[in-house]
Amino acid sequence: MDPLHQFNIERYGEFHLFGLDLSFTNSSFFALLAVALVVAFLGFGSRKRALVPGRMQSLAELFYEFVAQMVRSTMGQEGFKFFPLIFSIFAFVLTSNLLGMFPYFFTVTSHIAVTGALSLMVISVVIIYGFLKHGLKFFKLFAPSGLPLALYFVIVPIEIISFLARPFSLAIRLFANMMAGHALMKVFASFIIMLGSAGAFSVLAILPFLTNTAVVGLEFLIAFLQAYVFALLSCIYLSDVSAEHIGH
Amino acid sequence: MIVFFDTGKAAGHAVEATEHAVEAAEHTSGGMPQLDFSTFPSQIFWLAIAFVLLYLALDRYLIPRIGGAIEERKDRIADDLDMAARKKAEADAAMLAYDKNLADARAKANFIAAENRAALDEQLAKETAAQEAELDKSAAKAEKQIAKARSEAMKHVEEIALDVAADMVATLGGIKADPKKLQKALETARAGSAAS
Repeated sequence: MDPLHQFNIERYGEFHLFGLDLSFTNSSFFALLAVALVVAFLGFGSRKRALVPGRMQSLAELFYEFVAQMVRSTMGQEGFKFFPLIFSIFAFVLTSNLLGMFPYFFTVTSHIAVTGALSLMVISVVIIYGFLKHGLKFFKLFAPSGLPLALYFVIVPIEIISFLARPFSLAIRLFANMMAGHALMKVFASFIIMLGSAGAFSVLAILPFLTNTAVVGLEFLIAFLQAYVFALLSCIYLSDVSAEHIGH
Repeated sequence: MIVFFDTGKAAGHAVEATEHAVEAAEHTSGGMPQLDFSTFPSQIFWLAIAFVLLYLALDRYLIPRIGGAIEERKDRIADDLDMAARKKAEADAAMLAYDKNLADARAKANFIAAENRAALDEQLAKETAAQEAELDKSAAKAEKQIAKARSEAMKHVEEIALDVAADMVATLGGIKADPKKLQKALETARAGSAAS
């Protein structure tokens, strides 16, 4: 069994536009499924708007408050206009990650195309917001004030490199975590099959089975953690270009 | 492995064959599907659709609904807290008024008591003074009587002394003494004894 087989893109319906292959694939299906689940969950949770929330409403509000708290703590009240964006990112990544935990389900976020597109979107918002807010003073991001002149020759290149590295680290962290974890689960699962069908040694199959059980637990943690990290880093990058960091 | 086996077959065009092999590997299950760039447009296109749908649903519909419910609850709680604070202030004010009334009543009672006490003291003093004056008066009267009695007694003593002296002179000297001289001599003697 090929551990990378699970990442194959399978075309469900051909669709071409402007010479591009925009076919509807398993990736498209699970991305839309994730969106549908988030909308259904939050819509169902908020249908009553009760003063004393029920179970689903509590869950929805917990989810909301969790992200709201993350946005508030990093960007303050001023950055709250990005709350829908951060909420969308967190909800989408988390749901995609968790959907990937179902056997035979496709993990949308295990593809660099998806995580790369998301991280480029975040960085684009950062840059556009930075220029809209500060104009050319946006470049002060690379030259923190109050340093000795000689240090700028070192600091500025470092700042520029670290800024340029952000979209890559953001994209690769999520994609690599998802891919490696799922491949690992698959590898241990195939060990179970191999050892289990090895006659006298089949008792040993319990070892990869136990390992895989632990790995599944770890993967649930990672699914949440990576969504959180992705959203939190987006918040931090956005807060970098907010007023108080660049200064006037 | 199979791929490289294939390149071995194509001896003589090794470089070209390797390039071909790499390309082939990308399209077989051997390579990472993540690096199959032919799927990128479709993935990104559908991701964009999904994400925009999610963003719009959250921004337009779900966030206002959930946030509104939370906000409403916060407002309600804040209102309730305000009300509670107001009630508490009222209770405090009432308590303060009660304390003030109590203190006033107590002060008044103290004042009345003090007033009564002063009046009583005054009356007592007056009565005591009257009593004392009366006592003084009777004491003075008694003293006067005593003094009168004493002076009377003294007068009798003088008369007796004079008689005794006349008798002594008559008996010893056999002469009848002149009472005037006797009295003078007696007075001199008394003055002498008083001086000594």
